[in-house]
Amino acid sequence: MRRREFLKYSAVTALAAPFVRVAKADLPAIKVAVIGAKTGPLAPGAAVTHFPPYRLWAHEVNAGGGLKLKDGQHKVELIEYDDRTQPPEAIKAVERAATVDKVDWIGGLYATGFNLAAAPTFARLGYPQLTQACVTDQAPLIVKKYPGFFMFQASTTSYAKGAIGVLKKLKDGGQIGNKVAAVNVADDFGIELANKGRPLFKEAGFDIVYDKSYPLGAQDYTPVINAAKAANPDAFVAWSYPPDTFGLADAAKIQGLNVKAYYCAVGCAFQGFAQKNGAAAENILGAGGINDTPEIRAFYKRHKEVTNVDADYWGSPFYYAMLQVLAQSIEAVGSLDRMAIAAHFRNRKFKTLIGEVEMPGQILDKVYTVGQWQGGFFAAVAGQGFSDYAQVKLKTSWG
Amino acid sequence: MDIVIIGLLLGGTYALMAMGLQLQYGVARIMNLANGEMLIAGAFGAFWFYLGTKASPLLALLFVIPLAFALNWAIYRVLILPLVRRAKSQGKLEVDSILATFGLSFIFIGIMVAVFGAQYTDYAYLSEPIFIFGERYGLNRVVAFLASAALCTGLYVWLHKTRAGLALRAVSVNPSAAGLVSINVARTSAFAFALGGAVTAAGGVLLSMYLTFDASYGVVFTLKALIIVILGGVGDIRGTIVAAFILGLAETAVATLIDPGLTLAAAYILFMIVLLVRPEGLFGRRTA
Repeated sequence: MRRREFLKYSAVTALAAPFVRVAKADLPAIKVAVIGAKTGPLAPGAAVTHFPPYRLWAHEVNAGGGLKLKDGQHKVELIEYDDRTQPPEAIKAVERAATVDKVDWIGGLYATGFNLAAAPTFARLGYPQLTQACVTDQAPLIVKKYPGFFMFQASTTSYAKGAIGVLKKLKDGGQIGNKVAAVNVADDFGIELANKGRPLFKEAGFDIVYDKSYPLGAQDYTPVINAAKAANPDAFVAWSYPPDTFGLADAAKIQGLNVKAYYCAVGCAFQGFAQKNGAAAENILGAGGINDTPEIRAFYKRHKEVTNVDADYWGSPFYYAMLQVLAQSIEAVGSLDRMAIAAHFRNRKFKTLIGEVEMPGQILDKVYTVGQWQGGFFAAVAGQGFSDYAQVKLKTSWG
Repeated sequence: MDIVIIGLLLGGTYALMAMGLQLQYGVARIMNLANGEMLIAGAFGAFWFYLGTKASPLLALLFVIPLAFALNWAIYRVLILPLVRRAKSQGKLEVDSILATFGLSFIFIGIMVAVFGAQYTDYAYLSEPIFIFGERYGLNRVVAFLASAALCTGLYVWLHKTRAGLALRAVSVNPSAAGLVSINVARTSAFAFALGGAVTAAGGVLLSMYLTFDASYGVVFTLKALIIVILGGVGDIRGTIVAAFILGLAETAVATLIDPGLTLAAAYILFMIVLLVRPEGLFGRRTA
């Protein structure tokens, strides 16, 4: 058993080796474990949203000489682990980072279920868990149970509320009618959003004329779009995941789904979505969004230059801001006392890429929940805690 | 009418996924679990070609097919042949090849992640409507369907009208008897495996015109291909094609008439019924 374990870990180390960055510094580097999916169904999302912000952050911190602790500047060394989109693998990686690689910090995991599953492990090993990719309505309960658990994110309901709020405003302004077609992917976040959405639609005075789910990984979305089209809706809402977000938009374009508001949840914020759909993407609504500022524009440029990945318009800037909070807290504490760093997260304001933020009750105070593609930029049109949103536009054509 | 055409287009997609596996499993007797990864590799080939040249991804077939053929030939020679030689029975070979190709699929995924990255990959090609009987269909799907129909017909004619095709079918029916009539079974099997890989990669090229994929997505195609091959009957290419269309039509009908959420259920119910009524598949031979 021992031998097998050893062999397994050596193999993992060998696999991880190319991703390990060694920082050359006189003082020992601050080791940060980044655990996420490099293979498996969550890998495409992690490859855009999860790993690159850490790489950009480490690159910039190291270019500036490192993080300033009491004894001088320490560079940051990232150690990346592949959880193969399997929660048990992710938990094993957390254990290994803490006990074998003895890292100074373990970043939050990629995607909600993984963070929830690993929370007891983080707590037991004495590592705070600062997460971004963790969306759940259970947040208040979880942070109460785990004092080291921080969420740089909003709840599921706030995303459903955001989307439906945008449509309600259009309806109340007389710009669209009250008929909405809603579809969802039969997988956790899609189902959760759809369940939260139904009563919210009714409350907002919408008539749901089509409401169906479809399985994850379908190869043709034409029947879904055709059926929705036949119901003659004014607005179309898809609580979708990336592969179907792409597939639905493609089918909607080909079938000429003539709704004045088109929303698709996860994946709409990827730059690849706009690149693929070109003019057809214009005025499509989706989860996420960001405020158009020169700093943000510069962030996208740097992100591409350093990581060779196009950052998304949902998680990426928030991930980066979260790491700015981490860096500021480490420097303020002046040591790698993890519990002191976590204590520093609480009830303080931090200046970040996305503006001044704080985490009262371990949960981020502000997020953008709905974005809209406007001239190649996924502009935030709704959220909570922020004050500056772009004007929502009607979808007039498919390009 | 709508259902029939959408179903046929989807069936064409499924036929593309399954034909290669049929050749590899039905003739070469290798249950290739890395089949989906070969399809993704073909899709990446087309994507890369399209990005670089902006020419039709169909032209990518010109280099993807020979490359995939050569690669699969090499895989058979290096990885599979030793398994075939030491296998005492067909069952043993199946278990060994499943394990070996399962491992191979991880190697493929790792290479593709390293080369192309793990992100979602797609591009818009002929993503515009074409009108058939007054209804709108995706032009890219129609083009892929026509190409797939040409590929299926070509394969079918080749298998049934040429000497080499006859040899392939003979090996599929009975490898040891085929050896007795001076067919080089090892060579024919290697050829079938390589051809299967090439057809799969060609399928990937066509599918990439309208599907969003990523390096880890292959297993979805492998599973679907497996269902179709077993549904149609192992060793008969007609069965694969018919099963692909039945599945495409059934899924589309269920999605349109009942609920899109039940398409997977419909596919598996169909699969179960066939397994219960005809365990050898629609066109399969009953084993003695």
